[in-house]
Amino acid sequence: MAFISSGYNPEKPMEGRITDIGPQHFDKFLPPVIKNNFGKWLYHEILEPGLLVHVAESGDKVYTIRCGAARLMSVTLIREVCDIADKYCGGHLRFTTRNNIEFMVETEEDAKALKKHLNDQKFDGGSYKFPVGGTGAGVTNIVHTQGWVHCHTPATDASGTVKATMDEVFEEFTHMRLPAPVRISMACCLNMCGAVHCSDISILGIHRKPPMIDHEYLDNLCEIPLAVAACPTGAIRPSKVEIDGKSFKTVAVKEERCMFCGNCYTMCPSMPLSDKEGDGIALMVGGKISNRISKPAFSKVVVPFIPNEPPRWPTMTKTIRKILDAYAKGANKYERLGDWATRIGWERFFEVCELPFTEHLIDDFRDPAYYTWRQTSQFKW
Amino acid sequence: MAKHKTPLLDQLESGPWPSFVSDVKQEAEARAKNEKGLDYQIPVDCPEDLLGVLELSYEDGETHWKHGGIVGVFGYGGGVIGRYCDQPEKFPGVAHFHTMRVAQPAGKWYTTKFLRDVCDLWDLRGSGLTNMHGSTGDIVLLGTTTPQLEEIFFELTHNLDNDLGGSGSNLRTPAACMGMSRCEYACYNTQELCYNLTQEYQDELHRPAFPYKFKFKFDGCPNGCVAAIARSDLGFLGTWKGAIQIDQEAVAAYVGGEIAPNAGAHADGDWGAFDIQKEVVDICPSQCISYEDGKLKIDNSECVRCMHCINTMPRALRPGVERGTSIFCGAKAPILDGPQMGSLLVPFVEVNADDDYQAIKDIIEGVWDWWMEEGKNRERVGETMKRLGFGALVRAAGVPFDPRQVQEPRHNPYIFWKADDVEGGWDRDINDYRERHQR
Ligand code: HEM
Ligand code: HEM
Ligand code: HEM
Ligand code: SF4
Ligand code: SF4
Ligand code: SF4
Ligand code: SF4
Repeated sequence: MAFISSGYNPEKPMEGRITDIGPQHFDKFLPPVIKNNFGKWLYHEILEPGLLVHVAESGDKVYTIRCGAARLMSVTLIREVCDIADKYCGGHLRFTTRNNIEFMVETEEDAKALKKHLNDQKFDGGSYKFPVGGTGAGVTNIVHTQGWVHCHTPATDASGTVKATMDEVFEEFTHMRLPAPVRISMACCLNMCGAVHCSDISILGIHRKPPMIDHEYLDNLCEIPLAVAACPTGAIRPSKVEIDGKSFKTVAVKEERCMFCGNCYTMCPSMPLSDKEGDGIALMVGGKISNRISKPAFSKVVVPFIPNEPPRWPTMTKTIRKILDAYAKGANKYERLGDWATRIGWERFFEVCELPFTEHLIDDFRDPAYYTWRQTSQFKW
Repeated sequence: MAKHKTPLLDQLESGPWPSFVSDVKQEAEARAKNEKGLDYQIPVDCPEDLLGVLELSYEDGETHWKHGGIVGVFGYGGGVIGRYCDQPEKFPGVAHFHTMRVAQPAGKWYTTKFLRDVCDLWDLRGSGLTNMHGSTGDIVLLGTTTPQLEEIFFELTHNLDNDLGGSGSNLRTPAACMGMSRCEYACYNTQELCYNLTQEYQDELHRPAFPYKFKFKFDGCPNGCVAAIARSDLGFLGTWKGAIQIDQEAVAAYVGGEIAPNAGAHADGDWGAFDIQKEVVDICPSQCISYEDGKLKIDNSECVRCMHCINTMPRALRPGVERGTSIFCGAKAPILDGPQMGSLLVPFVEVNADDDYQAIKDIIEGVWDWWMEEGKNRERVGETMKRLGFGALVRAAGVPFDPRQVQEPRHNPYIFWKADDVEGGWDRDINDYRERHQR
């Protein structure tokens, strides 16, 4: 492997350097039919799962085919996507805010042909490369994070849990038969990079053991005040320890005050906490972002812990299925999962989803916890 | 022959959903074959070693990435997430596995030419693996070595005319819904505003100068397709004043069953014929719609612009004509003191390209000036708001106080007053008091 220079000169790093040019203007990338009708759309229709048409004031139409993607993708696969866009779409395509891929064409025949072509593509292992769907009242792609593929603070894996879940709910990706869209999101630790705090169903990696402390290294690797300030519950204080007669500046963790968030580890490499048996998944439900009918809402924790079961997380996927089925059966048309749970009452939600209610689900974090308890005699048996 | 045995990961190749394992394997094979005869600048077997280390994590139930990693390019304080494997002897191909964030076009529209150029660059100088896209919006190039960073940056800026995205305590990469490019609900040009502000604040994006990270997101309407209200410190949600535009003939077509409700979003369910009373009138949150004698009426002064009726009958109803954006401030994930959604700071502001969005920039800069001065180390603006009060934010933004800024007025009477606002001020003499009130 011989080093190939790009033209960059390490002797004179600032010479010829281009900075602060930002992204390119989106205008350069728009297909002609989009450019011509920009801001002049009249209405849209979902013709079938994964296939939309938008109609402009000019009468122009654009057909969109949406297909699933794993988000983590290779350049080989991106090039296949480009081949398809070159063949059918004049070399244009886009990605959605949920990491699906959208191809645009100008006639319904082309759209149907392309849909078929996309559904015909498979990996050697047998999975679809570009399954068409993700529109309307169904389950679309799962917004997710880095997991064991790239991050140092996860309590579970992202790509694996997402693949296992999407396999389980795949029929809902290719159909539109739920009361309203169900957004599933996943984050591998409670930094929640993404949408876990505001989704209908959320998969969240959690720890259950306090951090270990690498006393002999801590002072050299961490700014102790930052680690102290990192703790939401004030469980950390500066301290000293003696090891083999040598004194080290370090921290002490009051274990009964620690709720295993891992934020101290984010700030201080000498406080790792991941653990095979301790780590796992919490499930949250009932969040939403849109302002449709009801206000945006946070998702709430309804399952405090499910163990990590790689590679397919069967307990987790079964529990998600159970929640989804109870919702599909019980909710009114247009009712998001959280609106349904609020209407029937959370006590009923636990009953119909057959989920045990435990102490862990009762908020005990500071002042606002009070507002989540029940200050009324209104409840159902 | 695969380099490592991956019995656990292999089980993720079955099932219908696109398998990332199959895809990484296909990349590993493509690199091994090397049909283009590239002189790969990082180990050829990088994807294989990634599968190897991931398999090990599946066995151990623990991550195998070392903590942190500080790498980058000269001139910038962010844009690259450094990462090193904690088993470099076993998996030398991912001993270095840094991520580069690449600024994406607003709305994520692409030409194949651009994507192919990115792929060619990444094939040679990186792992060949990506995320399309990071949840903030960036194109994420997943896995390369330190010596390649400047080379990639040089090619990116000189040949592809494209910059890095943001990371660290700064303005992160802004993102927009597709807005006017393909949506009839868009109340302003989300992509243009996103692009304009990204360019305006390049310095703030590339060189961390803030107490903590700060994100912008742009939704064209209250549906929130880019989730601005939940995922950005300043979220812009398009809205309108005045009447929803109604086409009564189209309403009749919906009632007559000629057009499917909600553009057909529930087509596979068994929901019966469209019932305008039940599906629109009765669930309007303001109860401000009526349908009588074949006419749909909306009392627009009571409408909260939730989008439900428009979403349900997109061919009959359209947002009003006087359009602009609301601005929400403070959304964040739980760390430290709990999750927040954006709180309404500005109910309505025009999105005016003619004066280069000056009104919006004034608000942004007012908020920044305040937060950069007052915000504590690693305190998101949402937390600064909680600590110093919403009133302080409103004053910093230079906008008026407005009942729309609260869901409800306070129910405790612990009210602060400024000495200047109280007749006679706070300087009082106990002896004067005692003249009226004996001890
Ligand atoms: C420990 C190292 C971390 C890694 C490797 C990491 C990784 C990432 C990545 C790759 C993204 C997508 C970025 C993009 O699109 O450009 C992201 C977004 C995000 N990160 Fe992190 N992150 C880390 C720490 C944190 C911390 C400490 C927090 C909060 C306390 C956090 C909260 C978030 C949130 C809320 C988003 C999504 C925001 C959005 O939707 O735009 N992350 N993170
Ligand atoms: C013309 C109408 C609309 C267009 C063109 C549009 C476009 C989109 C697109 C392309 C996505 C990404 C979808 C995916 O990858 O699965 C999306 C996501 C989303 N849309 Fe829409 N949408 C429209 C109407 C709506 C409506 C009616 C609602 C709510 C009632 C809505 C709320 C959302 C939300 C909440 C997300 C997901 C954001 C997230 O969780 O990351 N949109 N929209
Ligand atoms: C010099 C200061 C204050 C004095 C001398 C004072 C005195 C009193 C007295 C004598 C009572 C009646 C107790 C009873 O029922 O036997 C009372 C009730 C109460 N005070 Fe104060 N108070 C003071 C300040 C405050 C302040 C600053 C607040 C709140 C901002 C407050 C809130 C209340 C409340 C909520 C009650 C109960 C009313 C009820 O019966 O429902 N007080 N106070
Ligand atoms: S959610 Fe946590 S573990 Fe996952 S990528 Fe974000 S910071 Fe890393
Ligand atoms: S894991 Fe979280 S709660 Fe526990 S000590 Fe660290 S910062 Fe505090
Ligand atoms: S947020 Fe509104 S304007 Fe933007 S794409 Fe979604 S529905 Fe359309
Ligand atoms: S937008 Fe919402 S509040 Fe306004 S009339 Fe329609 S349903 Fe009612």
